[in-house]
Amino acid sequence: MTRHLLSSADLSREEVEAILDTATEMHDVQRRQVKKLPTLRGRTVINFFFEDSTRTRSSFEIAGKWMSADTINLSAKGSSTSKGESLRDTVQTINAMAVDALVIRHNASGACQQVAQWVDASVINAGDGTHEHPTQALLDAYTLRSHLGDLDGRHVVIVGDLTHSRVFRSNVITLKTLGAHVTVVAPPTLMPSGIADWSKADGFATAWDLDEVLATGDVPDAVMMLRVQRERMSGGFFPTPREYTVGYGLTRPRLTALLARNPLALVLHPGPMNRGLEISADAADSAASVVLDQVSAGVAVRMSVLYHLLAGSEGAAA
Amino acid sequence: MPRPDSAPTSPTFSSAPPAQNPSPPLDPTGRDVLGATDIARCLRRIAHEILEHNKGADDLVVLGIPSRGVELAHRLVALIEEVEGARIPVGAIDVTMYRDDLRSQPTRAPRHTDIPGGGIDGKVVVLVDDVLYSGRSVRAALDALSDLGRPKAVRLAVLVDRGHRELPIRADHVGKNLPTSHAEKVQVRLSGHDGIPDVVRIAGGEPQAVRA
Repeated sequence: MTRHLLSSADLSREEVEAILDTATEMHDVQRRQVKKLPTLRGRTVINFFFEDSTRTRSSFEIAGKWMSADTINLSAKGSSTSKGESLRDTVQTINAMAVDALVIRHNASGACQQVAQWVDASVINAGDGTHEHPTQALLDAYTLRSHLGDLDGRHVVIVGDLTHSRVFRSNVITLKTLGAHVTVVAPPTLMPSGIADWSKADGFATAWDLDEVLATGDVPDAVMMLRVQRERMSGGFFPTPREYTVGYGLTRPRLTALLARNPLALVLHPGPMNRGLEISADAADSAASVVLDQVSAGVAVRMSVLYHLLAGSEGAAA
Repeated sequence: MPRPDSAPTSPTFSSAPPAQNPSPPLDPTGRDVLGATDIARCLRRIAHEILEHNKGADDLVVLGIPSRGVELAHRLVALIEEVEGARIPVGAIDVTMYRDDLRSQPTRAPRHTDIPGGGIDGKVVVLVDDVLYSGRSVRAALDALSDLGRPKAVRLAVLVDRGHRELPIRADHVGKNLPTSHAEKVQVRLSGHDGIPDVVRIAGGEPQAVRA
């Protein structure tokens, strides 16, 4: 295993499968009365969140604690960042305290890559700008795998705000690593520029018409709805929220159409959901929805990631 | 939509060793100390010892330590059930996360822990492993057990005790005591786990020449 987890592309298929297999065992620990393993005793994990987060930060914290690591949460507000300290000075200060891992969420794409060059600790990317969110992709893959089995040849449709979505970028990579085949759907205004070359190179399909993707071609095994990220939008991507829902929301008729073609199809959403915008309450609360499974998998997958990055010897990680 | 066959492989840093390393080949220069019939005889005796010690099969739970301990646990339980005619809960307890040498080794893939439905609270848990050596695996297993519940008693059954304990741990039921040197390796192969006939072989180490 590598020392850092910065991008989903860092992981080979064997490594992804090892992480998911370990996560399966960690998931069993979650069902015990004593949810504690002594594995990372004496290690220190800092969760440094420069951006708001509920599930990622809390699941990293729980994961670290259940592995007996000492976890400390820092946020930009309330740290010296708000006094104008640079990212480099901040992380080097933390690094000087001899911590073992830094879990970083930052609003700048590539921030984690930068930090990894400045510190000795393992750096885990918990979402950097609109770039990547590898542990989210791992927990999505875990959730899919626990319902569908081997993902080889499975068809996953990812719908929504591709331009601003790090979840989508990491997911495309990890799903491809596991042999799944991916179709991404977005309105033209929310398709990242240059996606044509990228989709050709990485072998995923792009589409503008969600209904067509759901109704024709390969039967989807899972549909992943992405959040419309209002905080990253400076407007002009679609005329009105209502118009987005009509074109790209997982509405009740679309859910019915999906389940008519594949009764076992799954609905995923990385959260937090904008109910009534990209996903209807019917879809979010249907039996096909595995949104809460994703959250529950989040802790197990992050325990597994911490284990693989921190438990072994330094020499083995080199 | 066809999947592209020219999927570019993502660049990886040094890849971890395979999660399940296959058992290394048996050392051809080693000597066999137990064959399939010996092992069967040992297990049958241990099964009877367990029943005798426990005064029957009440409250017994047999847990194997992966990987070969699990196969031995299932064999023992089959033998106990043959004698008692009662169902005995059997499972596996992985100790990877509880090892004290994780930091000095490459990352190990944890194995499956499978605790039978009745749990272990108030039960007599028999831990089963193939070789008892330093005692560190058993120490780890005891820690793992205490996170899972509170057994009434814990006993240890091993196929081979090769000595060199580093902790105050002993086995309650031993298939065979094999005095060995540190330089030697005790190789255990079981038909279900390894796909070859059961055997216990001692390999390596210079004492072989001394004994010969």
